[in-house]
Amino acid sequence: MSAGLVIKGLVAIFLTAILNDNYILSKFLGICPFLGVSKKLNTAVGMSAAVIFVMLLATAVTWPIFMYILLPLGLEYLETVVFILIIAFLVQLVEIVMKKYMPPLYNSLGVYLPLITTNCAVLGVAMNVITSTLDDPASFGYLESLVNAFGAGIGFLVAMVLFAGIRGKLETCDIPKTLKGLPITLVAASLLAVSFIAFSGVVNGMLGIS
Amino acid sequence: MNAFIFAIIIVAAIGIIAGLILAIASIVMHVPVDEKAAEIEEILPSANCGACGFSGCAGYAAALAKGEAEPNLCSPGGAEVMEKIVAITGGSAAAMEKKTAMVMCMGTLDHTSPRVNYEGIQTCAAAAQTSGGNTSCSYGCLGFGDCASVCDHDAIEICNGVARVRPTFCVACTMCVKECPRALIKMIPVKEQAVVRCSNCDKGATANKVCKVSCIGCMKCVKACEFDAIKVTNFNATVDPAKCTNCGKCIEVCPKHCITPFD
Repeated sequence: MSAGLVIKGLVAIFLTAILNDNYILSKFLGICPFLGVSKKLNTAVGMSAAVIFVMLLATAVTWPIFMYILLPLGLEYLETVVFILIIAFLVQLVEIVMKKYMPPLYNSLGVYLPLITTNCAVLGVAMNVITSTLDDPASFGYLESLVNAFGAGIGFLVAMVLFAGIRGKLETCDIPKTLKGLPITLVAASLLAVSFIAFSGVVNGMLGIS
Repeated sequence: MNAFIFAIIIVAAIGIIAGLILAIASIVMHVPVDEKAAEIEEILPSANCGACGFSGCAGYAAALAKGEAEPNLCSPGGAEVMEKIVAITGGSAAAMEKKTAMVMCMGTLDHTSPRVNYEGIQTCAAAAQTSGGNTSCSYGCLGFGDCASVCDHDAIEICNGVARVRPTFCVACTMCVKECPRALIKMIPVKEQAVVRCSNCDKGATANKVCKVSCIGCMKCVKACEFDAIKVTNFNATVDPAKCTNCGKCIEVCPKHCITPFD
């Protein structure tokens, strides 16, 4: 495979993770922060930054552990348990390191970092790339997994920022009393998810991949 | 059976390794908690209003503990909190300048009239976004009371279409300053002084048309002031509270009566 093809494949994986397979809007993972922290744009961006970071780190660590420890020993069924353990451990470690060496970043991420410990989108990405690799080990390796994780994080950011904008508009809308609060938020979220269906096939068409 | 035990060993091993790394990391990278900061944070009103200019009460407490901040910045706490802070940090008590918010607009319904009959959502934020607001003065108070609704101390009331801050209730938390879509509310020190209560930055002719008590930037007050306390920028006069001696000369000469004594 030539270098050009490899890069094209990576771009396709990256864009697919953002638009087609958006973890929030297509796979419905990570809905809790999506609804909980999207009230203001700056908190939405802060949360997304933390998620991007943890997703990348979690995938970078869990992929080798699965491929070189669990798979050879025939313990694939322990995937979920081990991954949760490792993600929780990583988040704690990152928190300790950041508190020591990057206090400003630690303060700005604040509560979002520990919240990510149990974020299902992070676990979802880590497990999803394993499935992709097992399906097609030749074309989906470690590098592709990392690109996929990064794309998934950016997709999370896109969804959060879009939704923060929508909720800002909702604040000044005249909403029927029964729909005020969470109901109208869920309706808006579903409409946003529906609108993301329009992206299906866009990436492959754009890059000329059949 | 063998595979079963093997699985337990693997998970346990990963768990123990992770736990050990965390334990070592927390010892190696231990960040000593500043006891002073924690103590100060307890004293602060924990309103997290940001009036001190730091990120919340915790940020101010940390800066105080390091000696990087003056003890007199917490305006909701007032002199009482400052004294307690000084007791912990040591050093001299700085003068506590009491501040209050003031709405720099007197465009009541007697002085100006609405430009359109606005029947939309009854908040300033919404009205300000609807084709430039409903007031004929594009700088004036919209009077829907967004500021009053964020005020935790009932210090703001809407009188005749204009918000008014009652200085006795105001704790200077600056919540209303951030809320006003027209940025009409300013923080000024509580003292006897003259205040230009208009924020109109249009040229004199335009400002004159829309309101009876608008500042037209005529410079009369600047010339009348003996203490160089008044400046006109963008056709709008402002009084420097530090220089103002409350002599009242500007109030006398103002042709539009938009300068008032502090009340």
